[in-house]
Amino acid sequence: MNSHFDASVDLNLRHAKRSTQLKELAIKSVLIASSLVAILTTIGIVLSLSFEAFRFFGKIPFFDFLFGLDWSPQTAIRSDQVGSSGAFGVVPLLTGTMLISFIAMVVATPLGLYSAVYLAEYAKPKTRNWVKPMLELLAGIPTVVYGFFAALVVAPIIRSMGSGVGFEISSESAMAAGLVMGIMLIPFISSLSDDVINAVPQALRDASYGMGATQAETITKVVLPAATPGIMGSLLLAISRAIGETMIVVMAAGLAAKLSLNPFEAVTTMTVQIVTLLTGDQEFDSAKTLAAFAIALYLLVLTLGLNIIALKIVDNYKKKYA
Amino acid sequence: MRDLTLNTSAQMQKRHRKETRFKWYGRIAILLSLAFLVFMFAAILLRGMSAFQQTKIGLDISFNEQVIDPAGTRDPGDMARANYKPLISAGLAEVFPEVTERREKNQLYKLISNGGMFELGQMVVENPELIGTKQTIWLSASSEADLFMKGKIDAKVEEELRRFKDRDIAWFNTLKDQGKIKKKFNTTFFKSGDSREPEMAGILGAAFGSFFSLLVCFVISFPLGILTAVYLEEFAKKNRITDLIEVNINNLAAVPSIVFGLLGLSIFLNFFNLPRSTPLVGGIVLALMTLPTIIIASRSILRSVPQNIRDAALGLGASKTQTTFHHVVPLAMPGMLTGTILGMARALGETAPLLMIGMVAFIVDIPKGITDVATSLPVQIFLWADSPEKGFVERTSAAIIVLLVFLVLMNLFAVYLRRRMERRW
Amino acid sequence: MEKQIETAKPVKPAIMTAKNVDVFYGKNQAIDNVTLDIPENQITALIGPSGCGKSTFLRCFNRMNDTIDICKVSGDIRFAGQDIYDPKVDVVALRARIGMVFQKANPFPKSIYDNVAYGPRIHDLAESKDELTEIVIKSLKRAGLYDEVADRLDDSGTSLSGGQQQRLCIARAIAVDPQIILMDEPCSALDPIATAIIEELMESMKERYTIVIVTHSMAQAARVSQKTGFFHLGKLIEHGDTDKIFTNPDNELTQNYISGRIG
Ligand SMILES: Nc1ncnc2c1ncn2[C@@H]1O[C@H](COP(=O)(O)OP(=O)(O)O)[C@@H](O)[C@H]1O
Ligand SMILES: [Mg+2]
Repeated sequence: MNSHFDASVDLNLRHAKRSTQLKELAIKSVLIASSLVAILTTIGIVLSLSFEAFRFFGKIPFFDFLFGLDWSPQTAIRSDQVGSSGAFGVVPLLTGTMLISFIAMVVATPLGLYSAVYLAEYAKPKTRNWVKPMLELLAGIPTVVYGFFAALVVAPIIRSMGSGVGFEISSESAMAAGLVMGIMLIPFISSLSDDVINAVPQALRDASYGMGATQAETITKVVLPAATPGIMGSLLLAISRAIGETMIVVMAAGLAAKLSLNPFEAVTTMTVQIVTLLTGDQEFDSAKTLAAFAIALYLLVLTLGLNIIALKIVDNYKKKYA
Repeated sequence: MRDLTLNTSAQMQKRHRKETRFKWYGRIAILLSLAFLVFMFAAILLRGMSAFQQTKIGLDISFNEQVIDPAGTRDPGDMARANYKPLISAGLAEVFPEVTERREKNQLYKLISNGGMFELGQMVVENPELIGTKQTIWLSASSEADLFMKGKIDAKVEEELRRFKDRDIAWFNTLKDQGKIKKKFNTTFFKSGDSREPEMAGILGAAFGSFFSLLVCFVISFPLGILTAVYLEEFAKKNRITDLIEVNINNLAAVPSIVFGLLGLSIFLNFFNLPRSTPLVGGIVLALMTLPTIIIASRSILRSVPQNIRDAALGLGASKTQTTFHHVVPLAMPGMLTGTILGMARALGETAPLLMIGMVAFIVDIPKGITDVATSLPVQIFLWADSPEKGFVERTSAAIIVLLVFLVLMNLFAVYLRRRMERRW
Repeated sequence: MEKQIETAKPVKPAIMTAKNVDVFYGKNQAIDNVTLDIPENQITALIGPSGCGKSTFLRCFNRMNDTIDICKVSGDIRFAGQDIYDPKVDVVALRARIGMVFQKANPFPKSIYDNVAYGPRIHDLAESKDELTEIVIKSLKRAGLYDEVADRLDDSGTSLSGGQQQRLCIARAIAVDPQIILMDEPCSALDPIATAIIEELMESMKERYTIVIVTHSMAQAARVSQKTGFFHLGKLIEHGDTDKIFTNPDNELTQNYISGRIG
């Protein structure tokens, strides 16, 4: 009797243990499955872009795309029409993208870096506490708002300034888009640079002050050189943003695929062309539609490349002063 | 002997001037950035505020049963579909009996919005008692009349160059002198979907599109985000696979948003055949896009939960999952929710990926669910910004104001949550 | 205390004098009415338990406390007869005359050469590249580091060993040829051998420079210094010839500290 009783208790306990074990296993599986979504997303992006891009390269030779200087994707008016394939050289789009990103960085780098330096080195905590969120607001504003502002306010101003000095500027221009994008990028540079500057040990500043250096000398000759890798990282991240930015350029940069470095002309970018190719009527197998995926793949490689390098640099930097 | 004087030298003064200049560069950089912010807000507010008011024209309308409901059935459908144009013409004719020629009459009629007929129809459906009575009804003015009222059409410009002619202006002023024109709060803007006529266009459709998209986005990204964060922070062992997931998440956060749109297009629309232009697909795409942000934010929250809470629970014999879900996750929940709301705020402003999945279309109807075709607030802004009609400029700005208000509210809510639930360890 | 000032008759003239110095961090008083003279071409040691205000007091001499917002200094501190808090005084000049070496070696993440050349460059002390190199080499020699790094002046200063780094910092301070060098526990992070090298170096440096050293090691104070000041809770309890302080202190607190009963 006694032994029987013991056995049943034992059994129950073992049973309970097994069910908790099962439960734990189930929960863990759900957790792992959730984590896989992020991986699946990446795989999905890479596969879908590659797959469609691959089909595109079946129609248009890879090197014609990568090194072609002419971009004019024609639409086939009837599906049985031949010889309407158009030109799919991505170089004009790339130069347009780079031109606008360059203008944006010319605006954002000094503004972002000087802001970061002032906030990190000069500003009183009180000032810092309200200026920093204000600057970060710039990054929180939807880009469609910047696009609208660039097209409606900035472009006309640039245009009238141009005509003021007898200079014809088109209503859509790399300048308007680049300037406004530059403003958008300021917080990307200032926030990360601010962190990076703050990570420079106080001991280095003390050493410099102790030598009789002024604060500006300390910043330019000691703090910034020490923070250079981190700052480079923040700039690369900003460039990656600029290249991938869509709405500002769609609304303010134009559609003209010209191989031009004139910032006062309308230029087009990779993102603009993706939008143009994929909005409106499309038939799915045309080179025109597939081209969008090829451009997107190129875009992904560019931005991810920049991003990986940037993260690596920042990471190494943080380890150095950790 | 060394120079022991502590007085400043020319060289030092030069350096101090440099210091002052350098400091000013920093100030100027911040001031310029903030000035731009203010300038942009001011420009948009200035252009957009006027859209919250709408010009109305008061006409004495006889609700003639012969026109509205000749059969006398009082069927709402019939009453809404009736042709109210003659009623409005009659109302206009009372004020301007001298206008008799047909072309002129048509011109005069254009002072009233095309939507005026629908406004009357709506009124009658809501209140059939009106039939047979004569009332002063305030109808929406046409976009041109509205712009003129708001001072956005310059009467001094050559007549050829404006769509509101001298004759229109004369009529308008006559009405105004009789007190039959006034500006009212623009309810249409908040109650309607899109329209080709600026004065009839509203943001309700887009707002619902955004709402449904965010709903889908939240339902997907919040659980996935926190579960992933919990796994990576609490369960995963440090190994190659975890590293891979981490690197992957960090990089996913930097993928241009438009690429997520292409993912949606080729996987969800073309492969899984989910319905195009719907908040369902929009929400999924936005969810995948915000997922990395939520994961990164949630992980840092979990990391800030002190180890001794885990130790205490484990010490009492709780299993790893019990410890995590009974003790750690509840403590981290407010913070994770805050991170999610901030991620959703970003998703609310996203435009480019939605363009790729066809949520960019002229949609009049207000979506009723996640599988109805829809746009979203930012897409509506994009569409209106692209419209040639002048009346859309102020509406675009007004829609931006509304979007920004929503963003501010979401951010304030996040701040509130953080303040309220903040724990001091 | 008044009595002590009379008894402590410096043999050499005081290059630096501090009279009735108070220092506050916000509301916290870190230094309470301290009066002390620093004789020229000698080594003065400041000793006392941790947190008693030695560093704070040391940092008054080159106004390093200016870099801390909440730090307020009052009293009369003079360098070669000039009030260093006089509005006419340029801190740049002050710090060029009074160099500093810190507790933890803090070479810039630059080459050894650039580390030493930093001061001469900002103060425009060299007319030519050659002259600059000359200063760099001279300073490295005076800091006893030249022989060890002569063939790798382009290596990063941070690649040196701890003791070498600290000597690099001394070389960096020497490069602008200051009158006084302030050292805040320069050996606390170093092993005994590196410490011995630096102590030896200080002995040889005192011919050219006046040194004020903060140390938590009484043995070090006894070994290197000619004058010693003992601080306790922000007050200067006793100061005078090192020999006397360590063999026959007037104050009981000093006695207790020396014998290891407090601190
Ligand atoms: N930067 C500072 N801010 C506030 N209080 C400080 C600061 N530095 C030192 N103190 C305070 O001043 C007192 C003296 O410190 P310190 O001069 O560093 O002592 P010591 O060098 O003798 O160890 C201590 O009580 C310390 O807490
Ligand atoms: Mg100290």
